[in-house]
Amino acid sequence: MTASHPAEHGHDVVHHKQSFWEKYVFSTDHKMIGMQYLFTGMFMAVIGGFFSYVFRMQLAFPEQSVPLFGLVTPAIYSSLSTNHGTIMIFWVAMPILIAAFGNYLIPLMVGCDDMVFPKLNRLSYQVFLLSSIVLIISLLLPNGGFGGAWTSYPPLSSSAQYNLTPYAATLWLLAVALEFVAFLIGGINFLTTAMNARAPGMKMFDIPLMIWMIILATIMFMGSVGPLIAGAVMLLMDQTIGTAFFDPVRGGDPILWQHLFWFFGHPEVYVVLLPAMGIVAEVITVFSRKKMFGYKTVLYTSIATGIISFFVWAHHQFVAGIDPRMANVFTVTTVIISIPIAEMIFVYIATLYGGSIRFTTAMLFALGFLAAFLIGGVTGIFLGSSGSDIYFHDTYFVVAHFHYTFFPISIIAVFAGLYYWFPKMFGRFMNETLGKIHFWGTIIPFNLIFIPLFYAGAAGAHRRIYSYEHFPELAIPSVQNMQIIATRALILLLLFQFVFVFNFFWSIFKGKKADANPWKANTLEWQAPSPPPHGNFAELPTVYRGPYEYSVPGRELDFWPQNEKP
Amino acid sequence: MTAATHAPVATGRSATGIPTAKLAMWWLLASEIVIFGGLLVVYIMRRVMFDHWAAYAEHTNLIAGSFNTFALVTSSLFAVLAHQAAEAKDHKKAFPYLWVSILGGLVFLIIKSLEWSNEISHGFTITSNLFWSFYYTAAGLHGLHVIVGMVAMGIISMDVAKGKNLHRVEIAGIYWCFVEVVWIFLFPLLYIAK
Repeated sequence: MTASHPAEHGHDVVHHKQSFWEKYVFSTDHKMIGMQYLFTGMFMAVIGGFFSYVFRMQLAFPEQSVPLFGLVTPAIYSSLSTNHGTIMIFWVAMPILIAAFGNYLIPLMVGCDDMVFPKLNRLSYQVFLLSSIVLIISLLLPNGGFGGAWTSYPPLSSSAQYNLTPYAATLWLLAVALEFVAFLIGGINFLTTAMNARAPGMKMFDIPLMIWMIILATIMFMGSVGPLIAGAVMLLMDQTIGTAFFDPVRGGDPILWQHLFWFFGHPEVYVVLLPAMGIVAEVITVFSRKKMFGYKTVLYTSIATGIISFFVWAHHQFVAGIDPRMANVFTVTTVIISIPIAEMIFVYIATLYGGSIRFTTAMLFALGFLAAFLIGGVTGIFLGSSGSDIYFHDTYFVVAHFHYTFFPISIIAVFAGLYYWFPKMFGRFMNETLGKIHFWGTIIPFNLIFIPLFYAGAAGAHRRIYSYEHFPELAIPSVQNMQIIATRALILLLLFQFVFVFNFFWSIFKGKKADANPWKANTLEWQAPSPPPHGNFAELPTVYRGPYEYSVPGRELDFWPQNEKP
Repeated sequence: MTAATHAPVATGRSATGIPTAKLAMWWLLASEIVIFGGLLVVYIMRRVMFDHWAAYAEHTNLIAGSFNTFALVTSSLFAVLAHQAAEAKDHKKAFPYLWVSILGGLVFLIIKSLEWSNEISHGFTITSNLFWSFYYTAAGLHGLHVIVGMVAMGIISMDVAKGKNLHRVEIAGIYWCFVEVVWIFLFPLLYIAK
């Protein structure tokens, strides 16, 4: 393969042809590691998506054998929904949004040749891969996977007497802990690279929002996961050696776990939101040929969101028995946090206004993100207010709310990013017609799944109930139709994903060839070849301007690459 | 043998002015501070809430704790001296100073194991009650970090003996001083507060 020798290279380096193992398995190249995270995440998404198919079939057609699976017992149902949530957040959203896009894009967008610690980068993926394997093993154990919800509250999670899956419970916890370690290691690399390895001339406000968002997300992750790691160590010990950290009978406190979990759990949702907003920022500026309406506004509101996100966690515990006065405090902070996020959405809409909109597939997904996330955010207000939450807690309203936030974040925005950066990664375009079919086949069924579930929740339908036939006092006849509609829509959604899978893999080999900058964008990754070789740039760039100088008056071209000499 | 046997250009850059390795170490410490901080805040809140824990705390060994504090503080001093020597490119002095530091860590671990053996033989185990669970968890997590620090310093000393990579002595020193600072918090919380 051709090697590039950046101008700053001081010494002679001999590049030889790499073996399969060196190039694909043990690579220290950030692009390859990014791909490893991407493909692992995509694989885990198939598992997580399959689980949702199975338990939704059980909900719509209870006690009937599910095609491609079999009968769903209560224990299996719990395990499916637990691991669906766990996998989607920790093994799909975070790896793809942060580890894959972050690894791939940070060195390219800040204009350097790799992460500052390539071997540490490889280690982080290896730890992550190990965590995926540990989780998958936990699913294959004789008693089935852990079924105590992704929130893993004790005493269900701490006592095998209750959860009936002693080994799976511990393996699940270990898998999550390993994943945290992988992201802490990777995060150090991201932060150091973005802070130190920027191209000459790239000042703080010349950094693309995608990079800023990943950096802020990394800092937030780092700041919030510590107490949960401490809590996980405590839970691990409660599970294995019989300590009583969370055992009320012996002086422990199960609510302590809830606090430790949600102190992380709430910033975590913004940890995944910010990179998604970053992707959308890049896509909407390029495909409306317009400057970001308020770069600094978006940056400062993201920082504000990050800070406030540390002060809202107990809105997940309004009915857990916390002091109602504390609930008041958290209601206020939770409602306040909607303000900076709404601000960001307004700025994005203002960016689109008056732009020269090009409806590529990436742009469609970015617009779809804005519309869907808006609904998710607005419905969060009902849950963040303790009064209404007393009714809505543990109903399908919650499920619909968080899918209207998580799905846009981890699926819709990810697709926007994949369609957008695919030409850079593989040197070829994905097929636009198939892309548009995939878009409509995703966004419409998605809404058809979760709008019925808003209705179900508002009617009072409980979540985490494997079968209303076994809990007739909880059954609401009109809601069953909603469950059936939602399940059928999910099947449609999953079928349309085959269009994407085919398009993605076919295009890697047979897609129309793309040059370095097919979208005529400004950011530095588009100045490297498609795909970039080892070392990224033939000559490492210098930066002269910000990333969003589109349609600048007086210029012939409607874009102005960051590294173009003035 | 990989094609990239050299570090990338990125590793040598420093837009902030801070050397990359040092910046990375400080970020590592930031994440560790939140981990230990979380654990200790939980411990402190419970300690304040439960008066009866004072009775359990009577049995922590203040003498052993004090010796350990002395061992770690001295070992940190030698880590700083090693850094000073490394700055002056004097690897012949830096190497033995590093190993005195490692020795300080070893003394810490030996005293700790004697102390814990004694406590366990008196029936104060990790499952005895919640106070002892916190005690062993916090001190144990700290002890793991001591071991990691000793191993890291040992590995770095191999290069230092050959006069190479002397800048890494400072990085190890920063980590080691952090481990010592955590102990400075643990010592009063677990041993002095009775």
